[in-house]
Amino acid sequence: MGRVVLVTGVAAPLGARAARRLAADPGIERVVGVDVLPPRDDLGDVRFVRADIRNPVIAKVLAVEDVDTVVHMSVAAGAGRAGGRAAVKESNVIGTMQLLAACQRSSSVRCLVLKSSTAVYGASARNPGSFVEDMAPRQLPLTGVAKDSAEVESYVRGFSRRRPDVAVTVLRWADVLGAGIDSHDSQLGQYLLLPLVPTVLGFDPRLQLLHPDDGLAVVNRAVVAGPAGTYNVAGTGVLTLSQMLRRLGRVTVPVPARGVGTVGQALRRTSDLELSSDQVALLTHGRVVDTTALRKSFGYEPGWTTAATVEDFAETTGRGPLDARRIRSVEQRLVSAYAAATSARGGAADG
Amino acid sequence: MADADIIPLGTRGRPGRGSRAASPSKAARSLAPPARSRTRRPAAAPDDDLPAPPPPRHRGPRLVRPDSDGPSNPATDHPPAYEVRPDDLPPDEVPADVGPAADHQPAGEVPADEVPAADAVTEALTFLRRRVTGDYEVDEFGFDAHLTSTVLMRVLRPLAEKWFRIEVRGLENIPAEGGALLVSNHSGTLPLDALMTGLVVHDHADRYLRALGADLVFTLPFVSELARKGGATLACGDDAERMLAAGELVGVWPEGFKGIGKPYRERYKLQRFGRGGFVSAAIKTGVPIVPCSVVGAEEIYPLMGNIPALAKLLKVPYVPVTPTFPWLGPLGLVPLPSKWVIDFGEPLRTDSYPAGAADDPMLVFNVKDQVRETIQQTLYTLLMHRTSIFY
Repeated sequence: MGRVVLVTGVAAPLGARAARRLAADPGIERVVGVDVLPPRDDLGDVRFVRADIRNPVIAKVLAVEDVDTVVHMSVAAGAGRAGGRAAVKESNVIGTMQLLAACQRSSSVRCLVLKSSTAVYGASARNPGSFVEDMAPRQLPLTGVAKDSAEVESYVRGFSRRRPDVAVTVLRWADVLGAGIDSHDSQLGQYLLLPLVPTVLGFDPRLQLLHPDDGLAVVNRAVVAGPAGTYNVAGTGVLTLSQMLRRLGRVTVPVPARGVGTVGQALRRTSDLELSSDQVALLTHGRVVDTTALRKSFGYEPGWTTAATVEDFAETTGRGPLDARRIRSVEQRLVSAYAAATSARGGAADG
Repeated sequence: MADADIIPLGTRGRPGRGSRAASPSKAARSLAPPARSRTRRPAAAPDDDLPAPPPPRHRGPRLVRPDSDGPSNPATDHPPAYEVRPDDLPPDEVPADVGPAADHQPAGEVPADEVPAADAVTEALTFLRRRVTGDYEVDEFGFDAHLTSTVLMRVLRPLAEKWFRIEVRGLENIPAEGGALLVSNHSGTLPLDALMTGLVVHDHADRYLRALGADLVFTLPFVSELARKGGATLACGDDAERMLAAGELVGVWPEGFKGIGKPYRERYKLQRFGRGGFVSAAIKTGVPIVPCSVVGAEEIYPLMGNIPALAKLLKVPYVPVTPTFPWLGPLGLVPLPSKWVIDFGEPLRTDSYPAGAADDPMLVFNVKDQVRETIQQTLYTLLMHRTSIFY
């Protein structure tokens, strides 16, 4: 008998891709996708069940489909969908509690995979250089999806204590950057594509990115093979925000730290980008995680570095006005102009 | 207490470990290969998408150890004696003030006779283009070697060479490779001593000093950005161990604000060395501890007083009052041109301790006190031989 995997949050592009990918795996018999909204993308072989994980009906889905693995992809790492912050929190926290309650009752569930976020480490000036999985945050995230992720993880820890027979894998994803990622999974792409990108004056955060391909491969491996545990999932290497924006050719507007809140409010009104205080903290102090456990214990080597992820993003979404190629041609023109000027002067001196 | 036994820690200034009055111990010799002179550095591998780098550059007198080709162990010949090969000098350099104090010439600019002037412009444009397009690397701590070596160090260099005229001693005690923990005294109201030590290590030992900074450094705008780009990170056990395990030369100033913000009348009196976290980190990673003593930094901004109310308002440890600040306004920020000596002491091995030694508080405290004592005694010795603050 093959395995039956339930994937939550398949209405979002990442959840849909994760479900499709799992359905294509020969070791998996059936994949059931669950979400409140109908999926926008084609789900392929995935059987879609329209259900709300905040509702006890999810327990019935687990029983009817005889699910043995639950992949919880629906915890928002970005701003979330329509309905505002309260609805997102409700879906993140209450949804997870209901899902875990159903899993605890289920006799068939053997494996739980949670897509969490490195936001659980918080972002503050007292951040260590990089976070290892067992480090506690220096400053607990008090707002936004970072707080949700921290709460969701604590419920999952409680679940794994009560059901030690279920293999629990927590995947802490760094910020995902790639074409087709919506604000539910990461707002970073939207932020980087603003016509004028506001940055925090006097700070240049170190950031680490995850390419969606790597993230989905890790989820797949966690279901099929990987040893259970908690793993940071991020691309190798670090870029500072300024460097990232320069590589993308974007124009930045440094804003003093005191004014960032006002800018965030203005952005909320004019776009669906929501710069909550945890996002602002990330854009001020940055965050880097250690991926040794992912590579050594889990056995997955990320194929995309942070720099390659940015490059891929630039290729698919286009570059800003300060394109590197344009600047290089300006440089070459200046150099040749200078060489011509000096040789002309030298010639005049010789003559 | 009068009849209590005094258990001596350190050498109390007698010849031996750390005092550099006698030749180093065998243990230290095997740890500390001679510091590479800048001129012996191999040329950097050419970058693929860049024009080939210019030939090895040197502005000042080329410094060669007299015994550099000999079979003898160079580490035994210290204090280092340098000699200048006149034929290595660029024609426009006059070997007038040659000596240990004059050898601070790093690879700065290309001598005019070697490379056509157009290349300097090309180089500057390439540099600008790389900055503007983000074509450089940072490590996981945010260290930007490109910016540090081309801009930050170049800005600090005149201060070190012309203003403070830093004399460097004991360079052979800096391991040429592998992790090491440099522990230094801290003074001067503003942490110029840390910047200068970093510069000296870069210019003379050809290594980057990765500083461990206070929390405050990373909360201040601009300061935090520059500190991270200059290779610093937060002073915490996790980061220190991570850097040391990666084979970096890490610098720590355990006195912290207590040392840097102490009144002028307490100059050269080492403050407490914290909880000894730096010792634990060194023992855990098995790297040597290099004591470093800086003389001269105490006099750059003599701290006469403090404005506690303002300090509380600004959320900084102190607001200094010096003979020139705040009376002269921004001019008061100009440091006094004291003459500096930076002395690197003999490394202290930590790799011979048994496993679990890092969790033995008594051992950690003993090592911490030994390092502190070594630096204090070196400071006293250096001060005894100092004739004037300014030259």
